[in-house]
Amino acid sequence: MTILKSARLLDDSVVDLRLSDGKIAEISSSIVAKDKDVVTYDLEKNLLIPGFVDLHTHLREPGREDSETVATGSLAAIRGGYTAISPMANTFPVADTAGVVEQVFRLGQEANLCDVFPIGAVTEGLHGEHLAELMAMAKSKAAVRIFSDDGKCVFDPLLMRRALEYVKSFDGIIAQHAQEPRLTVNAQMNEGEVSSKLGLTGWPAVAEEAIIARDILLAEHVGARLHICHLTTAGGVDLVRIAKARGVRVSAEVTPHHLLLTDDLVTNYDPVFKVNPPLRTQSDVLALRAGLADGTIDIVATDHAPHPSEDKDCEWQAAAFGMIGLETALSVVVKSMVETGLLDWAGVVSRMSTNPARIAGYAGHGHEIAVGSTANLAVIDTSGTWQVDRNKMASKSKNTPFHGMQLPALVQMTFFNGRLVHDLNEGK
Amino acid sequence: MKHLLSINDLTADQAISILDTAKELSKVSDGAMKKLPTLRGRTIVNLFFEDSTRTRISFESAAKRLSADVINFSAKGSSVSKGESLKDTAQTLQAMGADAVVIRHGASGAAQRLADSGWISASVINAGDGTHEHPTQALLDAYTIRDRFSELQGDFQGLEVAIVGDILHSRVARSNVLLLKKLGANVTLVAPPTLLPVGVESWGVSISYDFDQTLVKSNVVMMLRIQGERMNDSYFPSAREYSRSFGLDSVRLNMLKKNAIIMHPGPMNRGLEISADSADAGNSVVLAQVSNGVLVRMATLYQLLAADQNSEMRM
Repeated sequence: MTILKSARLLDDSVVDLRLSDGKIAEISSSIVAKDKDVVTYDLEKNLLIPGFVDLHTHLREPGREDSETVATGSLAAIRGGYTAISPMANTFPVADTAGVVEQVFRLGQEANLCDVFPIGAVTEGLHGEHLAELMAMAKSKAAVRIFSDDGKCVFDPLLMRRALEYVKSFDGIIAQHAQEPRLTVNAQMNEGEVSSKLGLTGWPAVAEEAIIARDILLAEHVGARLHICHLTTAGGVDLVRIAKARGVRVSAEVTPHHLLLTDDLVTNYDPVFKVNPPLRTQSDVLALRAGLADGTIDIVATDHAPHPSEDKDCEWQAAAFGMIGLETALSVVVKSMVETGLLDWAGVVSRMSTNPARIAGYAGHGHEIAVGSTANLAVIDTSGTWQVDRNKMASKSKNTPFHGMQLPALVQMTFFNGRLVHDLNEGK
Repeated sequence: MKHLLSINDLTADQAISILDTAKELSKVSDGAMKKLPTLRGRTIVNLFFEDSTRTRISFESAAKRLSADVINFSAKGSSVSKGESLKDTAQTLQAMGADAVVIRHGASGAAQRLADSGWISASVINAGDGTHEHPTQALLDAYTIRDRFSELQGDFQGLEVAIVGDILHSRVARSNVLLLKKLGANVTLVAPPTLLPVGVESWGVSISYDFDQTLVKSNVVMMLRIQGERMNDSYFPSAREYSRSFGLDSVRLNMLKKNAIIMHPGPMNRGLEISADSADAGNSVVLAQVSNGVLVRMATLYQLLAADQNSEMRM
């Protein structure tokens, strides 16, 4: 049994909580430990919220365990306040069968730091030609509900239509990486002023928007659920806003890095800023923030993408796309959304916990702090700041674009099923 | 100044200073003793990841005339073609004690990466990086223009320059736009819209889709090499249509202003972007560009490697 003393809730009340059997058993103004088996943590009026839920994570296992494993990714997750993560299917082998998704699911259970709910591939081998065995993955122990070829777009419109229709039978979602492949051949960065000067092949906004528009129309036509991965453009935000007004079952995510960073950072050709979809312009950043604030964009998702140093320590064109993000996500969201007055802390909780848990149907996550709720919790020091140090990450990889930045908000503790799995002050 | 990666690394005064140094060096080159002892004992590596015999021999010749030791490192047939990374190659050159690395690479920004990464302590000279920049080409072009228009000394105020062709993929165009603007010239880019980058309106130059209109008011017409394969990506319908609209043919040759000059960074596609009679015309300065290239590269090496040690040029 665990007692949490002096927890501040979103309504600013300060309460004590008793956790028992992985759930919140009691909330009251003062709980006194009666049993000597009880462990007590003083939260010192730090904010207690439900643990975060990431619907877009790359863990690299199986296949590239040199850059991240399910266990190291889970550790990075809990350091960032996450209690559920969703590894994408682009592993080696690809997570396109019940066998692979069950393997990843089991690795998550063995790590036992947070829930690891695998995302299945839409097409065999991510080749975009034949549907993967979606039903088998849905019925597996991993109970997959989200399917994505992330990293690649499901470009064939007929295949996309079939996928959307097929997963309706088990209330699945297709999460689309919206990138028109013909418009982005060898694309290296956002197409605009900066790319024109740097001589890097452009990745135009229209390549994202064209696919979003098409898929919204397809989802509307067949009445299926569509999720747009990592939205990056002002035009994309407008399309999702219009679709929601029409009642289309579409949801959308934005990454922390697209809420803060812009394409002018590419000017020194440092591949730590190379990511797909690319960093966009300041007006896109402002549109994404507004979209996240008004609910057009439902959630923040990290697109945590670890890469070994040799894949970033090279010329821009040869470098891999991607940034790690689990450990910095909250702080970047606070900097871009809370410090700018666009979201309050309740808004942060809805975008990073409640909404993703609801979209994915992850029971036990994203619940309000109430008696009976599963004790997947994060404790946040909302006034503290920290300096990002890529050499102190729990992730196996160091490719964070925020290295050296001073960021707000510290994740003090994370509880997974009532058990303390992360304590920032451990050993201090 | 330690590196020359982009024309942005130079102030107008620094650029003029390189051109002045090149002018001084031309006097030496015209004499019987063509070799100077300035860089004796220094090692310059020509690190070429892309084939470019012209640029390589120009740098090699420049370095040798300054008495430097030259190592040519070409990616073909070396460990680079076996998958060795830029980092490992750079560290190998560092271990060999290179004082300067002249790099030609197919990836935009490769020279900047080499200079910024801490892999190497040598000076880095960009000899062309992808579709980004080729700063010594712009300097040699400016030298050639200055040589032909003797009234232009400090700046290029009032000079009308047309750069014609595949701007999108051209590192020569990017470096030339930056330098010519820095020196005060008016630059007009002439190309079909497909071969102009999105964002070009931020470059501070004029854009024209009509070669004839631009041609008649230009003092300098700089033709860029066009790759015939571009039509496979639908940049233009056919080589012939491109040539008709944007090639410098005999008819356009006769429309040129009196005293206007024709430039081309080479190698030329005769009959495609430039007709044979235009290439060989009296107002073509294509060969002067080649010989001036050696002088400007000597001046660049001098400024990067020797200027600090010698307040006066040692001749």
